[in-house]
Amino acid sequence: MVREAYPIGHVRTPYYIRGKHGVIERLCGAFPNPEELAYARSGQPAQPLYRVRFLQRDVWPDYAGQPLDVVEVEIYQHWLEAEEHAR
Amino acid sequence: MSHDHDHTEDHAHVHRYPPRPDQDDTLTYYRAMEAAVRELLIDKGVLTAEDVRRQVENMDGRNAGLGAKMVARAWIDSAYKQRMLANGSEAAEEIGLDVGPLKLVVVENTPTVHNVIVCTLCSCYPRMLLGLPPDWYKSRNYRSRVVREPRAVLAEFGTVIPDDVLIRVHDSTADMRYLVAPRRPQGTENWGEAELARLVTRDSMIGVALADPA
Repeated sequence: MVREAYPIGHVRTPYYIRGKHGVIERLCGAFPNPEELAYARSGQPAQPLYRVRFLQRDVWPDYAGQPLDVVEVEIYQHWLEAEEHAR
Repeated sequence: MSHDHDHTEDHAHVHRYPPRPDQDDTLTYYRAMEAAVRELLIDKGVLTAEDVRRQVENMDGRNAGLGAKMVARAWIDSAYKQRMLANGSEAAEEIGLDVGPLKLVVVENTPTVHNVIVCTLCSCYPRMLLGLPPDWYKSRNYRSRVVREPRAVLAEFGTVIPDDVLIRVHDSTADMRYLVAPRRPQGTENWGEAELARLVTRDSMIGVALADPA
């Protein structure tokens, strides 16, 4: 699950995906944390970055497309919380 | 209006119009900041005006033909396609395309999946392979709507995706950049790479269109 938090600053986790449940599509590598870089700090230690896949109908309650349509979003590890059951 | 009018009179008439102002002559907050930072970097010797000009020229010179070359190669060489899907940046470098530090992910359209790219947070775009993004790609309308009603937005572009094809929207929120590899059009079985590349349009690599038909 994506953390549902609303800190002030340069956050690369879109509002619409916070608090939503998804599955990891791939690990992209580790990158300096943009929330630190934006304030001219080092961004170290680098944060693992994942591509996470969400069913559109889980993201938008009124989604009008097809049931298997998905949206994939890059999310840093510190914005993700592990869950017991894969969805 | 007749074309056999008195030319002298017409010439005088044209000059009564005031000159049209430049579209960027309003000094907004961000324009002032850009000019201030650029001039400071030049004054302090970090960059030269020539460096700035060269970089602008370099970006303006990039266009979708670069991405098209990559897609066309993948259409005719399935081993290359597998490498491209596994690591887009390395596959671009392999055919001589300079993508700099870009982390490229190529996503492939298939008979059952259609991909489309967006950056909901700003305007991230594979500029190294497509050039500067179109204005609509940066608009709030596209960015906010394609992520929640992609089928309706694609239909407005004239691209109707059948119900049995799933749509995969890619939101470039962080360090990756995306390129859609559209499906190869029918009737192009014996075509060469350069010929094929002409069918691979910018919009088909964003995912709002299909490749041009043969």
